[in-house]
Amino acid sequence: MDPILYTILLCVIVFGISLGAAAYMTWGERKLAAVLQDRVGPSRAGPFGLLQPIADGIKMIFKEEMIPTHSNRWLFVLGPCFFMLTACMTSVVIPWGSGLTINDTFYRMQVTDINIGLLYLLGVVSIGVYGIMIGGWASNNKYSLLGALRASSQMISYEVAMGLSLIALVMTTGTLQLGEIVRQQDGGFANVVYQPLGFLIFLICAFAETNRAPFDLPETESELVGGFHTEYSSMKLGFFLFAEYINMFISSAVMATLYFGGYNFPFQHELGLEGNALAIVQSLVFMLKISGFIFLFMWIRWTLPRFRYDQLMNLGWKILLPLALANIFITGLVMFFSGKLG
Amino acid sequence: MLTEYTFWFLSFLAVFSAFAVILSRNPVHSVLYLILTFFSIAGHYFLLNAQFLAAVHIIVYAGAIMVLFLYVVMMLNLNQAEPQRTSAWAKFLGAGAAGILMLVMIAVIRKAEQGTPAGLPVNAGTVENLGITLYRDFLLPFELASVLFLGAMVGAVYLSKKEIT
Amino acid sequence: MLTNRAKVVVKKELSWSERIYLPAILQGMLITFSHLFKRTPTIKYPEQKREFSPVYRGQHVLKRDESGAERCTACGLCAVSCPAEAITMDAAERKKGEEHLYREEKYARIYEINMLRCIFCGLCEEACPKEAIFLTDRIVPSSFTRGEEIFGKDKLVEPVDAPIDVSARQTNDVLEFKKNKKFYHNLTFNDRQIR
Repeated sequence: MDPILYTILLCVIVFGISLGAAAYMTWGERKLAAVLQDRVGPSRAGPFGLLQPIADGIKMIFKEEMIPTHSNRWLFVLGPCFFMLTACMTSVVIPWGSGLTINDTFYRMQVTDINIGLLYLLGVVSIGVYGIMIGGWASNNKYSLLGALRASSQMISYEVAMGLSLIALVMTTGTLQLGEIVRQQDGGFANVVYQPLGFLIFLICAFAETNRAPFDLPETESELVGGFHTEYSSMKLGFFLFAEYINMFISSAVMATLYFGGYNFPFQHELGLEGNALAIVQSLVFMLKISGFIFLFMWIRWTLPRFRYDQLMNLGWKILLPLALANIFITGLVMFFSGKLG
Repeated sequence: MLTEYTFWFLSFLAVFSAFAVILSRNPVHSVLYLILTFFSIAGHYFLLNAQFLAAVHIIVYAGAIMVLFLYVVMMLNLNQAEPQRTSAWAKFLGAGAAGILMLVMIAVIRKAEQGTPAGLPVNAGTVENLGITLYRDFLLPFELASVLFLGAMVGAVYLSKKEIT
Repeated sequence: MLTNRAKVVVKKELSWSERIYLPAILQGMLITFSHLFKRTPTIKYPEQKREFSPVYRGQHVLKRDESGAERCTACGLCAVSCPAEAITMDAAERKKGEEHLYREEKYARIYEINMLRCIFCGLCEEACPKEAIFLTDRIVPSSFTRGEEIFGKDKLVEPVDAPIDVSARQTNDVLEFKKNKKFYHNLTFNDRQIR
């Protein structure tokens, strides 16, 4: 197959998977929230409410679309689009599997394995906040603006600790290429064994970056009437909510890739599976790991109360940042004395 | 061919948005256009096969500094299009500074070698090569720059701290 | 200290393990996790219905007698007894030829219960001397306007062909009373014709 055509096809598949996963995460979130609170949750649309995301989507699309008169029309529309775009962009560097061989042609399962994969990831995450900021400002509403300002300061603060926790990881792996990081974890221990503190920091930062509870201050219902998406309605609101789930899905995938061995699983070569069968099982295991992290995201959301804003900033700057720096230092020391350096 | 078209498109985008930065009335629009400029410049870095520079450019400038700019502009709420009162003295100084900057640029461009640098390997902009260059050949300037940043940081902390009695 | 359950608030410095919060977070997460395995008490309403007590007091019914004539004579005792003042009625005289419709010479031309005011105490039922009004195990349906919640005779009187069973609410006293044929209104239509 033509490589460009294949890449486009792979992009479409990956986007489709992440959109579908995000759609069913809305169902999963509601179902899990219900079960954790001894309720039933969505159960009317289809068996176990499995058609609920479709019903929600139809509802979102057919709702009345309102653009406030005093808002900045162009930016108002641009905000959710940009947020959605950046949410979808990260999925191209994640290795979804080792690759299939059909008719002696190797079909990779990663859209592109650029040599600055991690930096690309950080870059896209760092511009992700613009969608919220543009949307919040263009709404011309004080609550939206406050939500947007909160989002931006929160994301900036946690990006620093996130980047630093990744630096320690890069020090041990010696590469920025996500495919290479996954291949290194084949056979040996997963990176979380070498970087437990780094993983914890990354996990907390991932919660903050995806604006999930307990860090969902940009969209607090109680004090900001929904935060940056107060003025949004119809599918533009849907984009904001949907992109949040895509972000969650992608950050789960990133955590699984970086710290939990990606598509590798223990004793995979002793199973007697070869080639394509192994690759498919690996992809399924990867999806399982992602689901595990998504479950963690939701589990924490329905357990912990929201942070206060000063607590959030304290945690980011006074606890996570020094911890991340200490983690780099310790990693460097261990590497130096174990002779792994240079 | 595709590269050339991309180059022209990015160049047009960069120049257009750079002009839009100084011409748009609304400060928030200015900042957004500036972000667009940074993106097109990052695209140029990609075309030059300097992916590391491109990524870092986006992370640092578009992702961090411009977010703070936008933050401050939004918070100060400079929406009201009130005519900025600038004294003739300030205008004169500004024009002088810009003129000097332009002279420097012209000098740099005149001295720069024309044509494509054929001697450079294709992967000159990758992380490994950049790291080796930075930490072997330019170690002292690099460390001096970090000391400068440290000084700036300490200064910022000092300025933002409340009066110590 | 009546119950010995009052907790004395002690404001002390948090220990190190308390200050990193992670144990507390894990503890909370375990609590929520344990709820994954708990049975949900939800009753899925239209398919599944809660079992009512035999004396549940729901929507009212105005009973007809065995021959299909309305029992209510618009005496007004129910309206008087109603603590929420939810019942209004207007009496009228039975015309000739309406004997099969109304049991006695006087009947309620209008009989309205405001379901928004009603507190379903059942005092109307107790006050009724004619065994005409009963509360049933039916749930009052919701509506979009307040006007719809004022139930007139069209919604209150039981249909001739589909009598509503209220035997569960008829106490022994009521049944005893009904056996007493010396009261005129306990006679059936046919009995009265003979008399």
